[in-house]
Amino acid sequence: MDTALSTEGKAMSRFAEKDTAITGVGMSEVSRGATKSALALTVDAALQAMADAGLERSDIDGIATWPGDRADGSGFSAVGCAALQDAMRLEVNWYAGGGEAPGQYGAVFNAIGAIAAGLCRNVLIFRTMYEATARKTAYANSLLRAGERQAGPFSWYAPYYTYAAALQQALYFNLYVHKSGISPEQIGQIAVNQRRNAALNPNAIYKTPITIDEYLASPIIATPLHLYDCDVPIDGAAAIIVSRMDVARNLRNPPVRIEAIGSSMRYRNSWTQLEALDTQAQPKVAEMMWGRTDLKPGDVDIAQLYDGFSFHTINWLENFGFCERYGAKDFIEGGKRIALEGELPVNTGGGALSGGRLHAYGAVHEACTQLWGRAGQRQVKGEPQVCATSTSGGPLAGAMLLVRD
Amino acid sequence: MTDAEISVPGRILPVVDRDSEAFWTWGRKGRLAIHRCQECAYYIHPPVPFCPKCESRDVAPEAVSGRGNVVTFTVNHKQWVAGLPERYVLALVAIEEQDDVHIPCNIVGCDAQDVIFDMPVEVFFEPQEDLWIPLFRPRARP
Repeated sequence: MDTALSTEGKAMSRFAEKDTAITGVGMSEVSRGATKSALALTVDAALQAMADAGLERSDIDGIATWPGDRADGSGFSAVGCAALQDAMRLEVNWYAGGGEAPGQYGAVFNAIGAIAAGLCRNVLIFRTMYEATARKTAYANSLLRAGERQAGPFSWYAPYYTYAAALQQALYFNLYVHKSGISPEQIGQIAVNQRRNAALNPNAIYKTPITIDEYLASPIIATPLHLYDCDVPIDGAAAIIVSRMDVARNLRNPPVRIEAIGSSMRYRNSWTQLEALDTQAQPKVAEMMWGRTDLKPGDVDIAQLYDGFSFHTINWLENFGFCERYGAKDFIEGGKRIALEGELPVNTGGGALSGGRLHAYGAVHEACTQLWGRAGQRQVKGEPQVCATSTSGGPLAGAMLLVRD
Repeated sequence: MTDAEISVPGRILPVVDRDSEAFWTWGRKGRLAIHRCQECAYYIHPPVPFCPKCESRDVAPEAVSGRGNVVTFTVNHKQWVAGLPERYVLALVAIEEQDDVHIPCNIVGCDAQDVIFDMPVEVFFEPQEDLWIPLFRPRARP
């Protein structure tokens, strides 16, 4: 953490995120095979988010996404800023889509900067996944393609049959198991808790509750990952509107303030050479976020933590400081603390494991849904005000603290 | 197709550039090449022509012992493509000379269930087209 920056920012109120808020959210139909195009799903989510905020197309003056248009057939990011802008004929002052950012929330952090720079007032931020359809047709979300030499950071893994993120990330998770002593029964609490929450979420993909025994009996993908530790590829889109605070205060919803962000890269950004392989990039990013607010981990009411794999959620529980290093196993033991009625409800809509892989934007959508008290049967009691949310693993990490105004 | 007609798929090879060429080709002479600062002796991997410790630009590949230890590993259980065996080990190995240099690899020459954390291993090379792919196998604990 840059301590001087933290001190200066607090003294001079220079943290730009505090002058922004989420004012509307939207989500398309989420499925294991859509009947609409990726662009149609994106328009659905965008229109819903705008209507939720009480904004017209002419009010949107910025667009952002992560990682931007990837026309590679993988469905990982099927729609970029340009396609959505033209589809909706939006007239904006600023736009940005790109993958080199602090994980998926890089799009939000870019929007905060653009608002602070006076470039825009209401930014439409979206994330579109079309991986369910892509898998049915041509592409198995493999990191490797037969007959093609591999360039870039994954070239170091290429010759070793590293076909999927599950296999690569299992390297971090197996070391975490070795160091922490967490048991499979404890790990399984994440998947079981999220399936229980998904049963109360009409939009979730998998709603049938699972038991710990069913978790333990599910196939192993790569040690220590079971099938139920992995998120579910889907077709769908999520959108949020981030507005300047003075604009936000005149819109329909109580602003969900962006109280603090963590965006740092004060570690080796490498999939092979991370200093702390078992905790990945998260500790310094979380530390930065806490350095930009007076709130503490004990002030957090709910947590929407990245769950590309259940171990990411376990990692974030520790790295946000909700428990001690290697203490997550005790924190999640039995699942009571992280349940809807527990002291820290986690991934309340079922997350990506059971709700579907909207890749961190499902988490922001659920955070706002809870903070606005609209979560129906899965609504956390006691009017939650503060949500911690996070993205990604490996050398990618981003974090936000959201507070209902 | 019968099993006999499905061959084990080949390894996907990396794109090689000026910096990584020694790593992927010195195996021809049985040597594992790691870039090293010629002024302060720090090993730099992935190879970069700049020393992050002393800011020297005098960096060059050097042969290391080829001995290392398993930092972390995973045993694969899923068949990702036809013909690929389900059980194989992906690992990161730290070289004996400097424990923050991690080499991704497969551990071979033993059963997958026998691979353990901190296991002593040694490099050998598998020729593939114009490259020599480093792999690691168990060695006697010193």
